[in-house]
Amino acid sequence: MSELTLERGLAAFRAEVDGPVAAFFSSCVHCGICAQACPFYLETGDAKYTPILKLEPLRRVWENDFTLWGKIKGMIGLQQKVTDAMLAEWEELLYDSCSMCGRCSMVCPVGNDLALMIRKSREGMVQAGHAPEGLIAASVRAIQTGSPMGLQWKTLAVQIQHVETSSGLKVPVDQPGADYLVLLSSMEIINFPEYLEAITKIFDHAGVTWTLSTECFEATNAGIQIGNKDIAAQLVERVVAAAEALKVPKVISPECGHAFTAIRWEGPNLIGRPYPFKVFHIIEVLDELRASGRIKTEGMETDRLSMHDPCNLARKSGVIQQQRNLMNLVAENFVELKEHGKFQWCCGAGGGVSSNERAEPLKMAAFKRKKAQIEEVNPERMVTMCATCRTQLEEGLEEFNMEIPVVGLTEMIAEHLVEKN
Amino acid sequence: MSGSMEFLLWTKGPMFNIAIAIFAIGLLVRIAEIFVLGRKKNFAEARAGEWGPGFRTMLTRTVADPGTFQRAPFNVVVGWVWHIGFLIALLLFLPHIALIESLTGLSWPALPNPVISLVTSVTLVALIATLVHRMTHPVKKRISTVEDYVVWAVVFAVVLTGWLAYYRLVNPYPLVLGMHILSAEIMLILLPFTKLTHIFTTFIARWYNGAAFGRKGVQS
Repeated sequence: MSELTLERGLAAFRAEVDGPVAAFFSSCVHCGICAQACPFYLETGDAKYTPILKLEPLRRVWENDFTLWGKIKGMIGLQQKVTDAMLAEWEELLYDSCSMCGRCSMVCPVGNDLALMIRKSREGMVQAGHAPEGLIAASVRAIQTGSPMGLQWKTLAVQIQHVETSSGLKVPVDQPGADYLVLLSSMEIINFPEYLEAITKIFDHAGVTWTLSTECFEATNAGIQIGNKDIAAQLVERVVAAAEALKVPKVISPECGHAFTAIRWEGPNLIGRPYPFKVFHIIEVLDELRASGRIKTEGMETDRLSMHDPCNLARKSGVIQQQRNLMNLVAENFVELKEHGKFQWCCGAGGGVSSNERAEPLKMAAFKRKKAQIEEVNPERMVTMCATCRTQLEEGLEEFNMEIPVVGLTEMIAEHLVEKN
Repeated sequence: MSGSMEFLLWTKGPMFNIAIAIFAIGLLVRIAEIFVLGRKKNFAEARAGEWGPGFRTMLTRTVADPGTFQRAPFNVVVGWVWHIGFLIALLLFLPHIALIESLTGLSWPALPNPVISLVTSVTLVALIATLVHRMTHPVKKRISTVEDYVVWAVVFAVVLTGWLAYYRLVNPYPLVLGMHILSAEIMLILLPFTKLTHIFTTFIARWYNGAAFGRKGVQS
């Protein structure tokens, strides 16, 4: 790759300016309401984390190069330029203190989609050489090994063996013509192996044909978190190639938030064509199986459960009711967090924050908003459906000495399946 | 007296034409800048259409969600008060309606003058409150630019001179009326080049926002 420079960065910023960006910056009145939606501002009280301020580099590029007024200002030497020093300063604002949770996009009175513009700004930051080390390393590993954590098929193969031994069921691999290609996330494989066993049991129970692919098992997309379309597109192409090779009509994204938005919403645009298959989050698939009567459960969880909606799944992908249907299937004492669904609060770890080691203190600060929400309803356990959120909830609750275990919804469903005769 | 009358006639004549021309051309350029950029084709399979959710967000963003209202009640309420006050004074004061009628032929009933003067007084107080808030709230202080204060001053001047003219508090009357008209003209001239553009572009921004979330199945 040729050298990353300010010029390349500015060109990448320019390439991201479109009609919506122009409409958004034309409309901002500096009311500051976006800060009231940002866990990073609210929990640190530092005004530099105000979402609209994080977008200042992109705003300057828009004003200088895409408005008549900006050009007139340029002629009389009044333009505010984007400098390398500025981008260096903004690296923390665009990466460490933003999980792209999109809550600010929901509350901006003039309608600015700020999270979208953060995503766009990161494209410029990468090209200018101002992306965090942690995310660069994850992206390199994803391209080189297929996994942002450097995990290889042989690790997964061992786990498949464990699952087969413990469940007595076969985990299908490279089965052409299956209904579903199942993708996983490395985080899940390492931290939550129970997920693979759960779907193996559920799909067997429901009579669903599915397969893993040795060609591509990773659903996450480090290219989207760091903000590099080339890397992101390459990772999406791998999924598409695997799905096409096995001729599956449907692909399932795992209990991971950003993997789903990456493959479901950004993917086709990254590769510039529609998919020959449909993409679902595992929770959508489970709810459809429930609705069509293919999942039969018995018994209920009796303790007080609450649920964390992953931003990428709920607010950014419209999967909100499905997880509630599933909760009601197996939990009799389910209590909602006060602000939930499309207005839920981020756990603090998304959007690449958790892969960026430097951001750890900010990540824990942002978690305090979630912690306060959890304390309000005081559940005995939390349920979620994203491995990153789950890890963050576990670490955060531990940090604050709150003894509230966190479980994945898919596993919980699997535990209640009616035994086959 | 004759000097102030000449000033008034100038604001109502040549200056008015200049202001309207800059406003119209500037705004047209600004809106064209947005639509010329447009959006790329979206290949991701949509859950729902864009138009309905887009139009809904155009309206619904006018009201804050309950959580935001609780966290920033001052911001929300004062913003509402002065925007509504400004619109009432602009659109429901008899002389303003007469001006609009002379330009477009359209007219509608006015509110009684005492009501307008009360609304205007409230608006002035609310505007002062927004300025204090901007200068003291850490977030607003941090993100504010010179433009924010210039725009505030111009908007405040428009309302204040209108109020002064109504109460005949400045003599001679043509002078204060001319000042009111001139400040409104300055506001029109600044509109396409400052955040005042949001008066028009917020509806485009809200539509894009509602459309982007709407196609993913979320009403934003």
